[in-house]
Amino acid sequence: MINLEPVAAPGAPLARRNPVAKVAAALVFSFVLLATLDPVAPAIALGVELAVLPLFGLRYGVLARRAAPLLLGAVGIVVTLVLFAADRSGRVLVEAGPVLVTSGVLATALGLALRMLAVALPGVIVFATTDPTDLADALIQNAKAPARFAIGALAAFRLVPLLGQEWQMISMARRARGVDAGRNPVAKLRLFVSTAFALLVGAIRRGARLAVAMDARGFDAGTPRTVARRQRFGAADAALIAGAAALAGGALAVSVALGTFRPLIG
Amino acid sequence: MGGVVVRGFGWRHAGRRAWAVRGVDLRVEAGERVLLLGPSGAGKSTLLAALAGLLPHDSGEQEGTVEVDGVDPRDDRERVGIVFQDPQTQLVMARSGDDVAFGLENRGVPADEIWPRVDEALRRVGFPYHRDRPTAALSGGEQQRLALAGALALRPGLLLLDEPTANLDPAGAALVRRAVVDALGRDTTLVLVEHRVAEALPLVDRVVVLEPGGGVRADGPPEAVFAAHGDALAAEGVWVPGRTVPPRRAAGPPGETLLTADRVALPPRLAATDLAVRAGEALAVLGPNGAGKSTLALLLGGLLRPGGGRVAATGALAGRDAGTPPHRWRAPALARRIGSVFQSPEHQFVTGTVFDELALGPRRTGQPEPAVRSTVDALLERLRLTALARANPYTLSGGQARRLSVATALATAPRLLVCDEPTFGQDRRTWLELVDLFAELRDAGHGVVTVTHDPDFVAALADRRVTLTREAVGAA
Repeated sequence: MINLEPVAAPGAPLARRNPVAKVAAALVFSFVLLATLDPVAPAIALGVELAVLPLFGLRYGVLARRAAPLLLGAVGIVVTLVLFAADRSGRVLVEAGPVLVTSGVLATALGLALRMLAVALPGVIVFATTDPTDLADALIQNAKAPARFAIGALAAFRLVPLLGQEWQMISMARRARGVDAGRNPVAKLRLFVSTAFALLVGAIRRGARLAVAMDARGFDAGTPRTVARRQRFGAADAALIAGAAALAGGALAVSVALGTFRPLIG
Repeated sequence: MGGVVVRGFGWRHAGRRAWAVRGVDLRVEAGERVLLLGPSGAGKSTLLAALAGLLPHDSGEQEGTVEVDGVDPRDDRERVGIVFQDPQTQLVMARSGDDVAFGLENRGVPADEIWPRVDEALRRVGFPYHRDRPTAALSGGEQQRLALAGALALRPGLLLLDEPTANLDPAGAALVRRAVVDALGRDTTLVLVEHRVAEALPLVDRVVVLEPGGGVRADGPPEAVFAAHGDALAAEGVWVPGRTVPPRRAAGPPGETLLTADRVALPPRLAATDLAVRAGEALAVLGPNGAGKSTLALLLGGLLRPGGGRVAATGALAGRDAGTPPHRWRAPALARRIGSVFQSPEHQFVTGTVFDELALGPRRTGQPEPAVRSTVDALLERLRLTALARANPYTLSGGQARRLSVATALATAPRLLVCDEPTFGQDRRTWLELVDLFAELRDAGHGVVTVTHDPDFVAALADRRVTLTREAVGAA
């Protein structure tokens, strides 16, 4: 099942911050980290991210579940690089037949995995602690995004969980009609494509009906909109972005001071 | 407020040869309550869309004029509110109160007035929850109440309802009708499109009948219109009140057992259920929303794997395959034995024409082409689809799509037919055809299982009823 609901305790001090501020802070934090290829800065950043987690009202177990695909990806990076990387420098750690693991390979692999986690986690944290409606409101009010885009995307987003049920329904209906693929991979692919097409047709029809209903309630009719839910961008929100920049900068500074800094460019 | 003047109105959707509606002259005074009737295809929904200002100039060709309070509703949408059939596609926001506020924001209502108006609209439709209630957690009837609140919050002079209860169970439909009665101000004009005339009559004081070829056939108080045109309307599929249908009782006692469900369950959707399906018997599965009726239909249809208990076919249904549960049969074998008709017909369509749609099952089950052709021709004839053989299934009307979905399940001549709400939203003509068809199948020795909310359908056809509850199942 697709789960997109926010999972944070709503009263947590950083979860309550303006959604635009949270997104901006995550972007700044991740972007600064992209500047280096060393493992030290991402390791510090990851430590910082895990340390601030309680301030977002997020439990570690919940985050682990949300970030499971990321963790899997990180493991994949380490395994792939350890087995196949061309660089075999450094001390030999393991030698078993064709498998040769050296300290150089391990450092590179761990660095890359850490870097991916450190860069992606802020986004996961922000979306796990932000209500989509609040995000759309804040994008319109604080980031001056067009309502046509933000509300339209929000309405479409609400229909996403329906697609899973719809897929199951269409698949069952096809089986009832005598259509299945058995073990033939070509037939499987064709069935997949035709089911996806039926899903698409259904989604377009539903989207069109939703658009008419929104139209009937005066959406995007040219009248200046008012807002029912005010989103405020205050000093604390600015501080969150500044704090994110400072912490990421600090991680880089430590890495430079230790001499491990490897710039992405140059 | 909300007076309507329509003069010589016609509309042809871009790319279509036929006019959806034509030659309509109509005058509705402010505060009148009008039921708009007509056989399917008479253009009721198109006229309603025109009144709501939802037919942009560039989406088709128009004749004549439509005015609400003297202006074209396209230029001044403020005066008209509309509620559509499908609850899923008219709610925009995730929280109930936000959804009502959505229209007010669009109209530029000052922020400090929005929430009092939201609360007032929710109270008028009898919305039973706090405004933070997630819209996804509401039942269909509650969602339609919310959609009504969203329309009423804008204080329209003219309220349009386009079959607002067609997708709801009887309890949900009653909720929505009560909300309309309670919420409508004296000076609000109402125009309603509804198949189920008897349920709609308490809401209206005037009936307007559209003629499919164009124009208005009848217009006046309900009693007068039905006295003069009742028979013709009933023959065309309108649910004219006070016309009962004689029940189709089984010609003989039920035959051998085809399928048994033994403590079959799928938590949390269905509690353990026992059931036997017999040849030559029409079995109705009843129960409130959420009791797992549709899930049971899918389990009996061999489309879902039970979470507990088992579904077993007898030798009479499955021959040597009787030892294998239906959900593990290959699809062609399943289609030969059990036909399933889904609640929403579009889910079932696989091909590009009505003919291919009907031919698909027989071809998949290995029938030779001449046999396929004669099967398809007979079904086209039987279900009045011959003229549509080359049409795309997705372009059919609701009644046509329903007939086609039943016909596709019959094309492989399964011994057992499992239908989920086959009569939902159908006009009287299609409804009668379905009753006759199912009765005929039963008397020819097929088993017919119908999951339904439709009491008339049960009264007309069912030989046995099983009622699911939200906790367990009890047979009656």
